[in-house]
Amino acid sequence: MQFFIATVKRAGFGLVLLVAVLALNFVLMHIAPGDVADTIAQDAGGLDAEVMEQIRIDYGLDLPLWQQMAKYFWGVAQLDLGYSFYYNEPVTKLILEKLPATLLLVISAQVLSIFLGVMLGVMAARKPTGMTSHFVTVLSLVGYAAPVFWTGIMLIILFAVMVPIFPIGSMVDVSVEREGIAYAMDVLRHLVLPAVTLGSIFLALYSRLSRASMLDVLGSDYVRTAQAKGLSEFQVVYKHALRNALLPVVTTVGLVMSGIVSGAVLVETVFSWPGLGTLAVQSIIARDTPTILGILFFSSLVVVVANLLTDMVYRIIDPRIKTSGGSNL
Amino acid sequence: MTENLEERGFGQKEMGFVQVEHPFKETVRMFATNYAAVAGFVVLVIVILVSFLGPFIYTTDPWEMVWSPFSPPGAKGFLLGTDYLGRDLVAQIIHGGRATIAVGCAAALLSVLIGITFGALSGFYRGWVEEVLMRITEFFQVLPTLLFSMVLVALFGASLAMITFAIGIVSWTGVARVTRAEFLKIRELEYVTASRSGGAKAPTLIFRVILPNALPPIVVQSALLVGFAILFEAGLSFLGLSDPDVMSWGAMMGNNRPFILQHAFTIMYPGLAIFITVLAISLVGDGLNDALNPKLRKR
Repeated sequence: MQFFIATVKRAGFGLVLLVAVLALNFVLMHIAPGDVADTIAQDAGGLDAEVMEQIRIDYGLDLPLWQQMAKYFWGVAQLDLGYSFYYNEPVTKLILEKLPATLLLVISAQVLSIFLGVMLGVMAARKPTGMTSHFVTVLSLVGYAAPVFWTGIMLIILFAVMVPIFPIGSMVDVSVEREGIAYAMDVLRHLVLPAVTLGSIFLALYSRLSRASMLDVLGSDYVRTAQAKGLSEFQVVYKHALRNALLPVVTTVGLVMSGIVSGAVLVETVFSWPGLGTLAVQSIIARDTPTILGILFFSSLVVVVANLLTDMVYRIIDPRIKTSGGSNL
Repeated sequence: MTENLEERGFGQKEMGFVQVEHPFKETVRMFATNYAAVAGFVVLVIVILVSFLGPFIYTTDPWEMVWSPFSPPGAKGFLLGTDYLGRDLVAQIIHGGRATIAVGCAAALLSVLIGITFGALSGFYRGWVEEVLMRITEFFQVLPTLLFSMVLVALFGASLAMITFAIGIVSWTGVARVTRAEFLKIRELEYVTASRSGGAKAPTLIFRVILPNALPPIVVQSALLVGFAILFEAGLSFLGLSDPDVMSWGAMMGNNRPFILQHAFTIMYPGLAIFITVLAISLVGDGLNDALNPKLRKR
């Protein structure tokens, strides 16, 4: 029950944050130079003032600001994020088409970096002066300092151009029709390099974090008790210590979520991965304001949901947390 | 008692009468014993010197076509080759460093100022002030940073000032968190209570009493922020959102983006420049962290 209440509270706060993002979107739309009428006029190669006035009336731009805002909010509540004049499609439809690709990339990168990072961190913590430990230190410095898109390009040059193991970009090979398992394997082959690239930023972070927290936990009394009981080292490390050592990692997953979305924009651009990031960059170039603001809202939604999920996972791993709120700060 | 101990052969040091080293000197000494940090510092100084003095020595115009496009490194005396417009890459790297470093520092400064303001006020006043400010901080944590900066730059123009603002406005939440945590800790200490009962007003308490003592972790965070801001600027430029009138390492990569597969070197070198600079900054930041928290040195 406590779990349920806390989750509902977090969800409520997430909703407030999303409304704030919408308000920000609305403000941006209105202080940005140019409006819908200008965009249409530009598309049509110029319109006379009367027609533009009619367009403004059609789109409700003559209404008082608060009515426009209410209209915008009401629209979003019905999943209507506006209309893209560049793509000639509703923004929501555009985004929902691209969302699965981005989710696939982000989730695989996360799973990869958490799994490898924790493994490296634990290995390093068991021998704090060993090779793995030094490797983790170097990795965390290098992983942080290299621009992620640059890492991606270098990986393409290495593993797609010089040694062509993986395809250069995109998500599927369009030259061959595939179905079922063959299709999935093809996507997987295309996914490897982008996921590794995006994961590289966070691999360093997770390995460093889990190394530090594992070192902490391994020095605690209950671990010594477990060792004294005569449990094997494997059991001590992976059954007793790991669970507590994971806590800071879980917290961090929530915290870096918006960074992951940012990284995804760059990685998608490098690998022409057909997701939200590529769409965002294209609509920035095309000055397609409704689409770009829609993407901003949707990615905030993704971050909020991911935060909510990490919060729930945290409560499951560590039942001691009973306070409401459970802020990430 | 004292005489007794001296008779027994205890020097001043053993009795605790140590000449206390000035904290700044201690920090410098600790920093100097960390080879990685010193190496980072040296590299950083070189990068800054080359970027700010280099253009006066290596005077080839980074904007001018000097040879055929995409000449490979070494051809015709151009050490790193030429870019898609036949411009000298060495000149671009030397001239581009200035804008990259300037944007990085300015954006970091902006976010440090915002972060300290948010963190200090919420940590000092607690109550509803803290509630409101921390909610705003959480809002900025949820906002996908790069996307928001892209929107700002795209809507209001890709000038150097706008880019700096767009980076600074999204990267301050870490500083705010650190500052708040320090303020929460320090505000309960006795010397703060003493100043308070001595009649010190809020501004004095915040700026003269608590902030100077809260600075060490904030300094470390700020140093790392410069590196973050440089990476961020590179990301924006790579996506084509750079000031077209300014040469920077990020802009070099953005310009040559369409040709990465055929001419990777045009992107590899500016990327390396960024990598080395940010790596040096991280090493200095880590060194500062160790030097300012002697207790943590062991890890």
